[in-house]
Amino acid sequence: MSVTPLRGTAAPAEAAARRDAPARLEIRDLSVVYASRQGNVKALDRLSLSVGDGEFVAVLGPSGCGKSTLLKIVSGLLRPSGGQVVLGGRPVVGPRPDVGIVFQQPTLLPWKTVLDNVLVPIRALRRPVAEYQDKAMDLLRLTGLERFAGHYPNELSGGMQQRVAVARGLIHDPALLLMDEPFAALDAMTRERMTAELQAIWMKTGKSVVFITHSIPEAVFLADRVVVLSERPGRLLETIEIDLPRPRRAQTLGEPRFAALCNRLRAFFSVDGHAQ
Amino acid sequence: MAETLKTYGLPVVTFVVVIALWEASLDWFGIPAYLLPRPGAVLSAMQQAYFGGTIWIHVWATLQAMLGGFVLGCSFALLAGGLVAEFRTVERLVYPYVIALQSMPKVALAPLLIVWLGFGIASKVVLVALICFFPMFVNVVVGLRSANPDLVDLYRACSASRWHLFVNVKLPSAASAIFAGLQVALVLALLGAVVGEFVASQRGLGNLIQASSLNFDVATMFASIFTLAIIGVTASSLVRFAHRRIVFWDGSGRRTATTTTTAETA
Ligand SMILES: Nc1ncnc2c1ncn2[C@@H]1O[C@H](COP(=O)(O)OP(=O)(O)OP(=O)(O)O)[C@@H](O)[C@H]1O
Ligand SMILES: [Mg+2]
Repeated sequence: MSVTPLRGTAAPAEAAARRDAPARLEIRDLSVVYASRQGNVKALDRLSLSVGDGEFVAVLGPSGCGKSTLLKIVSGLLRPSGGQVVLGGRPVVGPRPDVGIVFQQPTLLPWKTVLDNVLVPIRALRRPVAEYQDKAMDLLRLTGLERFAGHYPNELSGGMQQRVAVARGLIHDPALLLMDEPFAALDAMTRERMTAELQAIWMKTGKSVVFITHSIPEAVFLADRVVVLSERPGRLLETIEIDLPRPRRAQTLGEPRFAALCNRLRAFFSVDGHAQ
Repeated sequence: MAETLKTYGLPVVTFVVVIALWEASLDWFGIPAYLLPRPGAVLSAMQQAYFGGTIWIHVWATLQAMLGGFVLGCSFALLAGGLVAEFRTVERLVYPYVIALQSMPKVALAPLLIVWLGFGIASKVVLVALICFFPMFVNVVVGLRSANPDLVDLYRACSASRWHLFVNVKLPSAASAIFAGLQVALVLALLGAVVGEFVASQRGLGNLIQASSLNFDVATMFASIFTLAIIGVTASSLVRFAHRRIVFWDGSGRRTATTTTTAETA
């Protein structure tokens, strides 16, 4: 894991600065109720959360607590039942070009080359494709895929496909990147490598990131701040600052501080210490 | 090399054995030639039909009915399927009727169509189109709905227009199912054309088979049936070829997303 630190090496203070930066994303009293045949399902309950400019926030929560729902609301795909979402100073009322999304599965178009897959948002946003060719190649270089630009997704491994999805999420230069368990489908080794690569990409691009995950070590390794949600309906249980210096490396995983943070988070999900 | 020989050699073995059994069983069981002609007689009937030129007018008529109806029926199915899959209102308006009509045997309409449209080609084209429509329609709807919801979300999150989403995601996602539908429709198209010709016609292979039946000309009947088999196999291979070429990302060109069977839709 050799990473070029562009933001300086050890700086919990910088993390604090990112947290206190003017909020990129502000979620206030967000509630979501799904109407289903079995009656109403409350997915999120008065959730408030803010993400600073350039801040990396990980969201941890049990399955079904409304994490993906949160993502759909922020990306403007779903209307909340209550509360407000403000992105870049403007309320979210529909899909917006300042948001990028990466899903659990790569969800690439198998009939398009890697390069064309990266350019999908550009075409959908009706921006001139020619102006983004170089940017797309830059992103493929950043994700280590420049030699595969002309390949089709089924010629790539799962990890490579997910890297294409990350490049695609960044192509239109969104201020906020939403990631819904992006590495959950990968094997443990690939997953660890991708986590380190994501840190490098984030440090180079300086995006705000909301990163949804089930993995406590992954959240601690990546995030400036970890947000813990309760069981459904998702409420905010706790916010934990991760003051580990960056860039975090393989050794970081073995440090006592890292283990202590993981344990603190694990307490929320253990059978006995079930916080409600 | 040995594999190639097996792939192409073994079917030939089957062919030779079947012909030999055919020839031999005539002698063993003493079957008269007016019930089952000798392979040689069928061959010479085919030769005569092809090189004497008598069969071509019938082949042409059947092809016209089959392909005309196929194109007509499948085009309508594509259009209607697209509208039903995209617009809830259209779905509510037509879907119950389409499903009800699907379970009706369309060949039962043949006599009615003859009354309305006459003995000519028009009645056959319409019958074939009706028969082709349903399996194709179902596959188009199922295919268009099989698009990955995350991909749809991704495009929607980028404010993609409905048309952009349809062309770039939904239609390619449906491609395999559409080709499977075409495959089924094609087989049914040939069937529909022949049934239409049986009911009332001036020419066509169905007509030829019926006329030869009245004359106890079993050799010509066999020649017509083989010709139909050749048409069916050739058309199917062409569609499979197009499937592999066009839907190149779908590994084997296998059938997906559909359970429509040939028999029940006829
Ligand atoms: N379209 C819907 N209609 C009705 N209920 C829904 C719908 N989508 C989600 N839900 C319900 O809302 C709750 C939250 O769903 P969501 O997908 O946001 O959970 P999640 O936290 O992402 O879960 P996971 O970690 O398993 O991905 C779930 O209990 C789910 O059953
Ligand atoms: Mg989820």
